[in-house]
Amino acid sequence: MRVVEKTQLMSATEIDRTLQRVAHEIVERSGGTVHLALIGVRRRGVPLAQRIARAMRAIDGVDVPVGTLDITLYRDDLSMVAAQPVLQSSEIPFSVDDKDLILVDDVLYTGRTIRAAMNGLFDLGRPRRVRLCVLIDRGHRELPIEAAFIGRTVQTGDMEIIEVRLNEIDQEERVMLVERVP
Amino acid sequence: MLLLKGGRLIDPASGTDAPRDVLIEGERITAVELPGKISARKGEVQELDVAGLIVAPGFIDMHCHLREPGGENSETIETGTRAAARGGFTAVCPMPNTRPVHDNASVTRSILERAQSAHTRVWPIGAASAGSRGEELAEIAAMQKSGVVAVSDDGHPIATAKLMRQVMDYCRSLGMPVIDHCEDVSLAAGASMREGPASIRTGIRGMPAAAETIGVGRDILMAELTGCRFHVAHLSARGSLEMVRVAKHKGLAVSCEVTPHHFTMIDEEVGYDTHRKMNPPLGSREDRDALIEGLADGTVDAIATDHAPHEPATKEVEFDRAPFGITGFETALGLALELVNAKKIGLARMVELFTVGPARVLGMQRKIAVGEPADITVFSTEHRWTYRAAESASKSRNTPFDGREFRGGPMATIVAGRVVYRR
Amino acid sequence: MIHPETSAAAEPRIAPEEIVPFRFNDLLAIEPLRADEITFLLDQAKPFQEIQRHPLKKLATLRGKTVGLAFFEPSTRTRISFSTAAARLGADTMQLQAESSSLQKGESLLDTVRTLDAMKPDCIVMRHRSSGAADFVARHLEIPVLNAGDGTHEHPTQALLDALTIRDRLGHLEGWNVSIIGDIVHSRVARSNIHLLSRFGCRITLCGPPMWVPPELEHLTSSGEPLRRVARVEEALDGADIVIVLRVQQERLHEPKLPLDEYVMLYQLTQDRLRLARPGALVLHPGPMIRGLEIDPAVADGPQSCVLEQVTNGLAVRMALLFLLIGHGGEAFPAKDPI
Repeated sequence: MRVVEKTQLMSATEIDRTLQRVAHEIVERSGGTVHLALIGVRRRGVPLAQRIARAMRAIDGVDVPVGTLDITLYRDDLSMVAAQPVLQSSEIPFSVDDKDLILVDDVLYTGRTIRAAMNGLFDLGRPRRVRLCVLIDRGHRELPIEAAFIGRTVQTGDMEIIEVRLNEIDQEERVMLVERVP
Repeated sequence: MLLLKGGRLIDPASGTDAPRDVLIEGERITAVELPGKISARKGEVQELDVAGLIVAPGFIDMHCHLREPGGENSETIETGTRAAARGGFTAVCPMPNTRPVHDNASVTRSILERAQSAHTRVWPIGAASAGSRGEELAEIAAMQKSGVVAVSDDGHPIATAKLMRQVMDYCRSLGMPVIDHCEDVSLAAGASMREGPASIRTGIRGMPAAAETIGVGRDILMAELTGCRFHVAHLSARGSLEMVRVAKHKGLAVSCEVTPHHFTMIDEEVGYDTHRKMNPPLGSREDRDALIEGLADGTVDAIATDHAPHEPATKEVEFDRAPFGITGFETALGLALELVNAKKIGLARMVELFTVGPARVLGMQRKIAVGEPADITVFSTEHRWTYRAAESASKSRNTPFDGREFRGGPMATIVAGRVVYRR
Repeated sequence: MIHPETSAAAEPRIAPEEIVPFRFNDLLAIEPLRADEITFLLDQAKPFQEIQRHPLKKLATLRGKTVGLAFFEPSTRTRISFSTAAARLGADTMQLQAESSSLQKGESLLDTVRTLDAMKPDCIVMRHRSSGAADFVARHLEIPVLNAGDGTHEHPTQALLDALTIRDRLGHLEGWNVSIIGDIVHSRVARSNIHLLSRFGCRITLCGPPMWVPPELEHLTSSGEPLRRVARVEEALDGADIVIVLRVQQERLHEPKLPLDEYVMLYQLTQDRLRLARPGALVLHPGPMIRGLEIDPAVADGPQSCVLEQVTNGLAVRMALLFLLIGHGGEAFPAKDPI
């Protein structure tokens, strides 16, 4: 089974512009930023959350705290996965109680990652609200999960994969559509 | 009539190492001649072609366990001697730690009766003390009369110096040697291997080499006191060997044997493998090297296997709970030849260790000469073979040598003129 | 970027660099582990330390899995620690306890373990009084075996939790002066700690009554410098960064008993003696402590004592190990390479 690159969906500039726009949306639609906090879902949700926080600081002067969440322990598919994932720590340096949380991830697909992320969050306390922000929504939901803030919506097939590549992790910056080829 | 043709005769008693043909009639050797010189009417004689092979006096294993009576799940006299014959042995000396303990003449007689179906000669060793309990003497004289060749409480040491003195006094007057499993029980209690870096690493309780050497020292002093012939069973430590050397130098009738596993393996190789657990345990590298030197220089009199069969289930347990002992008949010669091939001991010397060495300890002769009993071991120094435990004639499989490749091994074994084993 | 094989729509994906670098089949001993493998295990314990601080400590990660606890030696603390670790990960447990075990009725270890295995646990955590028992069981079972202490051989999770405690308090594991005090030759905790800390270049000093600290211990670690043995506890404490105090095991077969007053006089870790060590030196004890015997109560309760953190870290380490051993799918383990 190989993987073949099909098209580039977003360039570096487009990613940046989209994140700026999303940061604005979050500020507008939160009715105040004092309880706001961003939680980046490991791995690529983390740099995205950090960039959004920086953008929000530039817009409004607001300092929104950022935490990171590793969802490995909350996955529902561990027993189907032969490869074993390395555990990373979650680092949420603030209490989630009564917070207006925004979960940030790169791609929203079946919704299972976000379900796991919410399990993790609710083990920590009781947020007042949780909303989801993703760079790409590619459809094919298997759970009743929706994103409040979406960078771009893309129609995809089952054999396709969306690869978000970010400088902090991949040393390049773009979003690719790739396809699994038998 | 059986004619052994084309072989190389190595007979330590006469110092012969030369090509010879050997003729056997009935149970005796009737001719030993230069090759081709023996003429016998065709049809009357069966020829055994032993070209390229060594023809030696029948090997003796003076220390083994046949488990019968009482332990027939692990071995019987028949299966044990069949394995011994496959190993090239023509005579074996089973130790008395059977159930019941072989400590009186009726057990001797019953053993010898079962030995009618044996594949080798059986020369039993009787207990030194009643039940080997270390309290009173066994019926030593009666056992000797019935066929016992030596006494021992093997399995554990003869309990006290005082008892050893009594046993030795008694045996000296009977002209029988005393064999001891030399061990200081207080140092050895609870131990499963040799105390040293290996036992420290694996966390197995060990006994120091001194546990054996203390026993050897005690027994040599008693031998000196009583004038009895004394033989150290399965000697394993350098310190013990040095004591035997000094005793021999003083002219005392002290002898010792070494097992093939003690001159082959060391404590570092044990790990948690119960097939490497025996008593005395495998020693250090220095011990092994010293034992090999002793085999070469004559301090060691005999190679004896201490063949100790155990049915598999008993060895499939945690290391410290497993019984001591491994089998040994079928691999002894192959392992001894490894020393010869590595030029650690000479071939003729090796033959001594299996023949005249043990014979002398037991007060017997072992030679190939006209009129002698036709007990002969034929072996190869070249034939490559692999030992497979699954094919062993023994009932038990507890060996560390499964799969080991050998160069040289037994080819034919003749007891009282009958070929009991042929490869 | 090539993605590993997963079911077609499975999500989230695991990138190759995120896969555990080596396969754990068993954890039997520290001795065969490399420094990087040990570091990896300690890193994997960190998220579980985190979880102990959550209001809700229970995860569903190992739901549906069963951990077999086969404790053939009586043990309260370690057994509870493993049992809690399993429970907090959402796993079920099967528990075998020495006192009520069929071993007392003569059943062999192998039969007992096979009976447990027939009830299909996903792994077995084992404590046994024979050195090599865990190795023995691992050779006979397909499922992973985790050694919770075998005879006097090793107690790997104890060394790992000690290392985690040291790393958290002092920042790293490399190059410390470590003194171990007590009955070392009979201590599986000492052996595991010696193997682990020497991997990181620590200088280890052993001290205790001479018959319990034999010369062979100096070469326990086949690599690096031989360990130092000293007779007097003052010498052992001088300049130490870390002090590991072992408990006095009073019931010993085949051993003459040591008068306990002698032990206290010669080896007890008192406040005065602790002052000989470096300021802020850590005091570790595997537990259970006998206050007033091997350790002065004031030291046990003092700021340098790490005993409570050791317990918490023990839970984290054990959760991490259970997760590593059974927290994934895949078919039965291929050719088993016990660690």
